[in-house]
Formats: sequence, structure tokens, C-alpha cells
Amino acid sequence: MDFQVVVLAGGFSKTLDPLVSQEVPKALLPVANRPVISYVLELLEQNDLKNAIIVVEGKTAADLISSWISSTIDDDRLHVEVAVVREDVGTADALRSIDHRLTAKDILVVSGDLVTDITPGAVAATHRRHDAVVTAMLCSIPVSGSSDTGSAGAKDKSKKAGRYNIIGLDPTKQFLLHIAAGAEIEKDIRVQKSILRAVGQVEIRADLMDAHVYAFKRSVLQDVLNQKETFRSLKRDVLPYLVRSQLRSELVLNGAQSDENGNGTDAMQNSKVMLSQLLTNASMPSFHEICALGPDGLAPDLKKTHKCCVYIANKNKYCARLNSIQAFSDINRDVIGDANHLSGYTFSAHNNIIHPSAELGSRTTVGPQCMVGEGSQMGDKCSVKKSVIGSHCRIGSNVKIVNSVVFNHVTIGDGCSIQGSIVCSNVQLQERATLKDCQVGAGFVVTAGSDYKGESMAKKEKQ
Amino acid sequence: MAAKKGNRGGGGDAEEELTRVPLQAVLLADSFATLFRPITLERPKVLIPLVNAPMIDYTLAWLESAGVEEVFVFCAAHSRQVIDYLKNSKWIDQPNFTVTTIESHNSTSAGDALRIIYERHVIHGDFVLVAGDTVSNMSLTDALKEHKERRRKDSNAVMTMVIKQSKPSAVTRQSRLGTEELFMAIDPDTKQLLYYEDKADVRKGMISLEKELLFDNSSISLHNDKQDCYIDICSQEVLSLFTDNFDYQHLRRHFVKGLLLDDIMGYKIFTHEIHSSYAARVDNYRSYATISKDIIQRWTYPLVPDIQFFGNCATKLERQGKYRASDVVLSRSAQIGPFTVIGNGTKIGNYSEVSNSVIGEGCLIGSNVSIDGCYIWDNVTIEDGCKLKHAIACDGVIIKSGAVLEAGVVLSFKVIIGQEFVVPAYSKVSLLEQPLKQDSDEELEYADNSSGNIEFTSIYDEPERLEEKLRTELSNSQVQATSEVGDGGVGFIWSVSEGGHEDEWRHSVAPIPADKLVEIIKSATEELELSNQDGNILPPSGELGPDSVDNDSDEDARDDSAHFNKEVEATFIRAVEENHKEEHVILEVNSLRLSYNLTSSDCTGALFYAMMKYASDMPHGSSGELLKNVANVTAKWKKLLKYYLPSIDEEIEVILKFEEMCLEESTKELSPLFMQILNLLYNNDILQEEAILNWASEKEEADEADKHFLKQAEELIQWLKNASEEEEE
Repeated sequence: MDFQVVVLAGGFSKTLDPLVSQEVPKALLPVANRPVISYVLELLEQNDLKNAIIVVEGKTAADLISSWISSTIDDDRLHVEVAVVREDVGTADALRSIDHRLTAKDILVVSGDLVTDITPGAVAATHRRHDAVVTAMLCSIPVSGSSDTGSAGAKDKSKKAGRYNIIGLDPTKQFLLHIAAGAEIEKDIRVQKSILRAVGQVEIRADLMDAHVYAFKRSVLQDVLNQKETFRSLKRDVLPYLVRSQLRSELVLNGAQSDENGNGTDAMQNSKVMLSQLLTNASMPSFHEICALGPDGLAPDLKKTHKCCVYIANKNKYCARLNSIQAFSDINRDVIGDANHLSGYTFSAHNNIIHPSAELGSRTTVGPQCMVGEGSQMGDKCSVKKSVIGSHCRIGSNVKIVNSVVFNHVTIGDGCSIQGSIVCSNVQLQERATLKDCQVGAGFVVTAGSDYKGESMAKKEKQ
Repeated sequence: MAAKKGNRGGGGDAEEELTRVPLQAVLLADSFATLFRPITLERPKVLIPLVNAPMIDYTLAWLESAGVEEVFVFCAAHSRQVIDYLKNSKWIDQPNFTVTTIESHNSTSAGDALRIIYERHVIHGDFVLVAGDTVSNMSLTDALKEHKERRRKDSNAVMTMVIKQSKPSAVTRQSRLGTEELFMAIDPDTKQLLYYEDKADVRKGMISLEKELLFDNSSISLHNDKQDCYIDICSQEVLSLFTDNFDYQHLRRHFVKGLLLDDIMGYKIFTHEIHSSYAARVDNYRSYATISKDIIQRWTYPLVPDIQFFGNCATKLERQGKYRASDVVLSRSAQIGPFTVIGNGTKIGNYSEVSNSVIGEGCLIGSNVSIDGCYIWDNVTIEDGCKLKHAIACDGVIIKSGAVLEAGVVLSFKVIIGQEFVVPAYSKVSLLEQPLKQDSDEELEYADNSSGNIEFTSIYDEPERLEEKLRTELSNSQVQATSEVGDGGVGFIWSVSEGGHEDEWRHSVAPIPADKLVEIIKSATEELELSNQDGNILPPSGELGPDSVDNDSDEDARDDSAHFNKEVEATFIRAVEENHKEEHVILEVNSLRLSYNLTSSDCTGALFYAMMKYASDMPHGSSGELLKNVANVTAKWKKLLKYYLPSIDEEIEVILKFEEMCLEESTKELSPLFMQILNLLYNNDILQEEAILNWASEKEEADEADKHFLKQAEELIQWLKNASEEEEE
């Protein structure tokens, strides 16, 4: 497939403090003991998308990711390049800076923090079928958590419902007619009448999530990025711009192409358009074509239009982005729980994974939907429920771990209790420490007998 | 029976289930509009024949077949004629179907009508509200059932509106019925109506929905492809709501919008979409033509000419949609084209051609006459060699030989068109002189006290007096009138009021001419370009960001003043559009000020903002035109603004507000005109030189970036300074 994939992997995201550290950029945060970016790369590989550019913010993060890739990814199956951009640039800027590397006809932009089982191939196919300039992948807003524990979380989410994207679709749910993102969501919903007139009916939805997977026509993307220098973000600037101007396109679509291919391609192009019409399986031409032709053929000049499409994933597909601490816990829980087909592991009869090299003391129980990594040791009478424990951890006796994520090389003393918390690598928990809803940054030492609730702890970095 | 009704009025829920409530309907036999003038000056609209039967018969026949048992016919204009007609019709003695008339002489709107009906205490439950010009064959069963079910769950669901798929033309932005495009937002699951915009504000390229709507519904359908059938199923509350809100006039503009905006009472309106059945309203000449064609093409079955559903004459359907009454005298050489109805006793001469037309009873059509797309009523005489295209000729019209009616002509009762006379396109001819006080249609429709309308109803109510008046008038004016409609002709050609002329083609029976279409397309493209530009101006996310994040503390205060500004703006626009007096606006603004607890200088700022915004929202091509707009607005509303400028401080506030506006996205266009407008305000005595100079000196100390406008206005300030110095010397 003539698709080039750009994976936006970010850098050391501030929102994920204290989980990210100088050793672990966002892309390498573990989800069920694998870096989160590996989920995206695996997905690409499965979809036969063989060329990917991973855009990383900052040199340090890039080096870390490069070394991880060279150690794990087989270059024959997936050719990955890592590109470094400045820190804190917008997504549009990031693409601008790798502009010269983009050569394929269409570009698939994927967020590196995506954990999903929706195939990007489907997005690419939709994109091609409609000959669209942009195709965005949308999925239903995840129902938070498994039913029994996540009730509090679910309440939170429903309150926030208004904060998701506001998306306008045509009745066939193929075209994107309106999108409001970022701060615009806080304002009233404003829909262009001209688009509504052309389509007749627009469905405004607030229950769809933009999965940050976009297919762009390369020439269009580059034109827009070059012409609109103020555009910072793909989601907030480029996509809304393309959606807004779809009935009055300022883009040079076919012109640019025929320049490349010479003059003889006009007939080909026409047949392509015909084909795309047939494939949209609409007996009538889409509103874009009607609008372009003008009513009754009376239009004084042909209006240019372009198509913005959507691919709406099936409701039962999993799709989440690791962009907050809450999301990190949720995704870890889901990947070894409800969405365990994503993890790539085979689960035992007890619906959990305990690495053969892990050692469990007597009367220690590991419940379903749990994972214990390579070489970890646990003392006696421990209890683990719905948690992920990394590799080479040393856990004492009488330890309770519930709804938590424990990274690698963590030492946990006797009698500790960890609930709903995230414990990063090399953390030391001394005896009888109690954590509830806490995040502990890498290398931190929790003193014996201490009791924390809802706190975020990190080692002070030497500056 | 009466006792039972009283019980039900008291509202026993269980009882209501058991006792059968007769289904009631309110039929408004007056559209409270003037789109059918001049015809409606002499005959009420509901008695206008539609394919040779009065409109009201279609409505009543449908109501009867839909199971309505009691109809209250509300008559205002020409009420005598309506009542007399009904008295002599078969509707009066139908089993299980009672028609009661309610007469009123001082109602000028649907709101008034419903208030009167409320006072009569005749409605005892859910009722159907329709206008007397509705043609439909829909079944009410489903809509009623839905309505009742919703009512049981939620007593706030007061109304169910019937809608139908009909996409307006993308070019003319009107539906095939000639009505303006309609924007609606509907909840796809509950079918609740969330937004309604019928007289679309062309200047706004955006629909804005309140974001709160999405908190309750995860999805909303926005529609531009639906037509409002003006068939409503209402609960009793609707009547009392009209009584409570005595300023509600129009059913849609006031009532529906009022309920949608009001979130205190929480009343809800729902929609019911019909798919296969027919429902439409004869609202203007275009819908008159469209619906006539629909009837001929049998979309309205069983309400078609060859079925006797009321007092209409038996006609026979022939091939190609030709309907012919029994004793029509047709010359052998006459050609009758498809989709034509010819009424009883009509004679058509040699070599005449008739197509796509309706011809009434007792008409005399000579030879070599060509009639296409016309609606000829009863007893019309058309002499040899006339050419008629897309015209309406009322009862008793005489068209003398060789005359030509161009597209869109309307000839009112008994008009005589002279020999060889060519009636220009879209003209309206009547024996009555055009009323001098010409309110525009729309204003009349919901004016608070439309004196013109009352006058007409009272004068023309009594047919005898009318006749008398006509006769005297005729003898007096005949000489003068003849010249207007040709040799031997009688009638006045109504001049179309200014501005209205432009739109005449929109609502006429004639199809829209091709050159008009091209014109519209051109302007539409330009507009699209404009709106696209607007879109581009939209700031990139970076600029929007801080706006929503910062200042948590005084957000409330800001919110309040933003609301206040919005309200003032709305008040002002209403004042302009409905021509309120300054005092009223002042009263309203003052009460707003009190309710928001703000100072009077806030009013000054808000009002000024509203004026400038209004001026910049008016269509304009160049900045010169914009300046003219501003000048017009300020000149007109000077007094109002002056009221809020008691001291220099307020005047400075105005300048500061103006500066703010120039930086704002939506009104950015004003910024290059900063000095000109400042000068204009000075010349109009709105700003005194002291205010401008104070402002200038205040600004001197500001940041360099802030001085942009100061520099722009430098010239003016310098001049003012010099002038004042001279004075001092």
C-alpha cells in the first residue's frame, strides 16, 4: 500500500508526571509490561504498513526510543525511522519538520500513545475509496472501567461528556461536516449553514472520540502546512480548516497531480472519480459532487470541493489513548482484563499471566486479570488483584496489591498495601507502607509505616 | 355531557383514560398575512378556490376523515363570508362532526385567536391546531398516540409538530412551496425539537446551538431538509401559555421560539415526521401553484378532483391527468394538454391550447387562446387571441382580445383587461386601489397593533357596503383606471412596495426565471467566499486557549456582563426590526441593567456595541458602504445613545468600547475606519471633543502596542486640539 505512516510519539509529557522520567519517555511507558508504542507498531505490522517514521520530541527521548526499537523491532517486517523534533512543538509543526521525508501518495498519522484493535488499514481503505483529502478515525467514547470497580470513574466521565469532540456527520456517516475541538468545545456549537444546506441533514455527535488516526493526502497536507504557517496542531487547526472549507476548496487537487503525471492522465482521473463514486455505494452522487456541479448545471464556474471522511469504528472495538494518569491505569487494567486480546499473551486457566520464572511464596494468591513479570519474587500470604507487576520485583510477605500497576525492579517490604496506585521502576517501599490512589515516581523511597492517599511522589531531581 | 366535560377539565387522569374524549381541532380561518393581496381584500383566503374547491373544504374534509369530531373555526378577516359559506355548506349537518365558528373582529394574529379561544373554554383536552389553508391526507392516529404517550410520561410535552421531508433548493433557499428555508435541530431519539430558525438570517453563515444541549443528548440532528407542515397537536396548556405570554403573536416566531429559549418552565415541543402522506399549507402564490399541481397529480388522494369529498362538482379523469367536468363545450380543434382541470359549463373555442392549468366553472374562452400554467377561476371571459402564462385570474375577470398576461400576473375579482394590452410580469391588478399605508407583509404578520389590518377587516366585512363602495369608486375612477390596464380595461395595477419588488418572483405562481437563478448562484458563490474567509479568521487554537483557562475568579462576573451585552444587542436588533420607539428601548435596557445589577455606563458600552455590530452585520461590499451603514445607524439612534451619555466618563467608555471592538474578530472590519467613525460620532454630537481629548491623553501613557488606534486618530485629535486652542485664544 502506498501509505507512509507517521507515528507521533511525543516526548516527556508533563501531564504524565511522575510516571515519565529521564529514562522512560511517554512512548515507552509500560502497558502490560510492554512499551505503549509497541502496540501501535504491532498494529501497523499486522496491516502490512511497512514504512513508519516515529517523530519524537527531544533528543534524549529519541535516543531512548531508537535503542528500544533497534533491540526489538525486526527491520524486515517493519522499517522504522526515528525523527527528532524540538520539544513542545505542535503536531502540525512536527509534520512540517519532516516534510522532506514524506513521499508517498497518502500519509497516515497515528498517535503513538494509542492502544487499540481497530485496524488502521480500514481507515486507509476508506480514505482511498472516497478519494478524500483527509479521513479521521472515530470511535465510541470508552465506557470507563469494568463494571464493578469503575463505578466512581464512570460517574466522572459522564460529567465530562461535554468535553469530548463535537462532530458533525452526514446521514450516511461517511463524511465529516463539522468538528469542534479544543477550547471551541466550551463555546456554543456553531455549524456552517452552507454545509448544512448542501447536505440537508447534519448529525451532531458528542459521543465520539477522535482516535488521532488521520489519513491525509500528502500533497494537500503539505500545501496546507506550508501555506498556513500559524497552524500548530493537526487536530485543532488543520482538520477543522479542511472540514470548514470542503465545499469551497482552496486546495489544488487535481492540478498538482497532473503536473506530476503529465497531461495524459485526465481520462484516468475521470474514471477514477467514477470508480470512487461507484464504490461509495451510493446510487446518487454525493453532495460534494452535486455542489461542485451546481444545480441544474447552471453554475457559472465549477466549484471546487474536497472530501473529509470518517471511519467510525465498531462499538465493541477497544480504543484508548494513554494521555493521562487515569488513562494509564485504565489501559493497563483493560489490557489484562476486558481487552486482553490486545496484550498478545496467552492467559492461564485462572485468567492471569504469571511468568514461569516468577516465584510465589506459600499461600500467596494472584487473582484473575493479573500479570506478574519475569523474575519477580513474592513472599508468603500476598494477595494480588487486578494488577500488573513488572519484572524483577521483590515483594515481601503479607503484601496486598489491588488495582495497581507496579513497574520493574520495585522493592516492596512486608505488610505493604497498594491500592489503585502506580509504582514506577526502582521504587522502594519499606515495611507496612500504605498507598491508596498514589503515583510514585521512579527511584522514590517510601519510608516504613507511612500512609499516603491520593498523592503524587517523585524523587527530587538534581539540577 | 357538559358535566362530564367539566370533570375532565378538572383533570382526573384515570377518568380521562376511560371516558372517550372527542377529538377537537382549532382551524384558523385567517392566515394573518397579506401575501394573497389583493385577492384577500375581497375574499377571505380560506375561500379561495384550489382546483375548483375552496381551501377550507380540503382542510375540513381531511379533519373529518382523520377522526376529528369537533372543529372550531376561528374567523377574523371577512368573518361574515366564512360563516355564511359554512352555514350553507354540507359541513354544518354532518353526523359526528360539528363545526362551530368563533368570530372576532380585533384579532390580528394567531396569538390573539388562541387567547380568544382560551377565554371561551371550549377546548377540553389535546387538540389539533391547523390553518384553514392546509391540504393533507395524513392520518392523525400515530401522531396523536405519540403525543399522548409523551404526555403521560412528561406533562411538559405540550406540542407535537408535524414535519415532512422537503429539501429547499440550494440556490434560492426556498422550498418548493415558496417558503423560506428552515433550520431545525431535533433529538434523533426522542424527536424533541431543540432549535428552530425559520426566517433565516441571511447575514449569519452559522447556526449556533447552545452547548448545554449536548449535555443531555449525545447526538443532535440538524436539519435543513424538513418542511414544517403547520399541523400541530397541542395540549390545553398551549392556550394558557398564549394567555400568559400576551405578547406571543406568531405561532412559530414567538411561541415555538419562546418555548425553546425558556428553560425555566421546561416546556418541550416534539416533532412527528410523516413520510408517505401529504401535508402542505397554501402560504403564498407559489405554494398555491405547487399544491394545485400536487392535487392534479393525485398526491393528495383521496382529496382529488374526481372524488366528491364535499360540494365540488363531479369531474372525470381522462388520460394524462386531464380532468373534465360533465358539460364542458370543447371545440374540436381545441387542444387540451396534460394536467389540466376544466370546470363545469366552460366553453373553449377553436384552436385554443390549454395545458397545466385549472379552469373554473362557466368560463368562456375564445379561439386561438393559449393558456399555460394558469389558474382561472369561475365565470372568466377570455376573448380571442389572448396569451396567458403562469397567471391567476379571479372570478368575473374579462380579458379582451389580444391581451397578454406575462408570468406571475394576478388579476383580482372582476378586473377587465383592455384589448391588446400586455400586463407586465408579476403585476397585481385589482378594482380596489392599493391601500396607501403599505406595511410590508412580514411586519403586518406580527405587528403589535397593525392599524391597517383592522381597518380592512371592519370595512370589508360587510359585502353590501363593499359593493356599494366599489360601485361608486368605479364610476369615479373608471376614467383614470382605464389607462392603467389598456383600452376599455378596468382596474388598478398595484405598485409593489419598494424592496418587495425584488422578491416578487420568489412567491409568484410562475417558475423562477433562469436569469434570476444565475444571478443568485453568483451572489451565493460570493457569499460562500466571504463566509470561508470568516472561517479562516477564526483564531488558531493557541489564541483560543488562554481565553477559556484563565481568570476563574471573575468568570461569573464576566459571564454576567457577556449575557447582558447579548441581551442588549438582541433588544436593539428587535427595536430596529420592529421599529420600536426610543423610549421603549430605554425602558427595556434599564430593566435589563437592574436585573443584571450593572452600572449605566455598562449600558452605554453595550448599546454602542450593539449599534456598531448591527451596522457591521448589514450587508456591505466595501468599507465605504460600511461607513455609510454606521452613519445611518448612528443618525437614526442618536437620541437613544445620547440618553446614556450623561457625562464625559460615559463618552470615554464609548471610545474604549469602540477600541475593543476594533480588535475583536467579528467586528474587525471597523478598525480601518476608526478615525472616520470617531469623527462621525463627534459630528453627530455623540462625543464631545473633551471626551476624545481625555481619551487621547489617557492613552498617551499606555503601552506602545495599545496606541495603535491613537495613532490612527491622530489627525482628528490634532485638529480638535488646535480648534480648542484657538477658542482659548
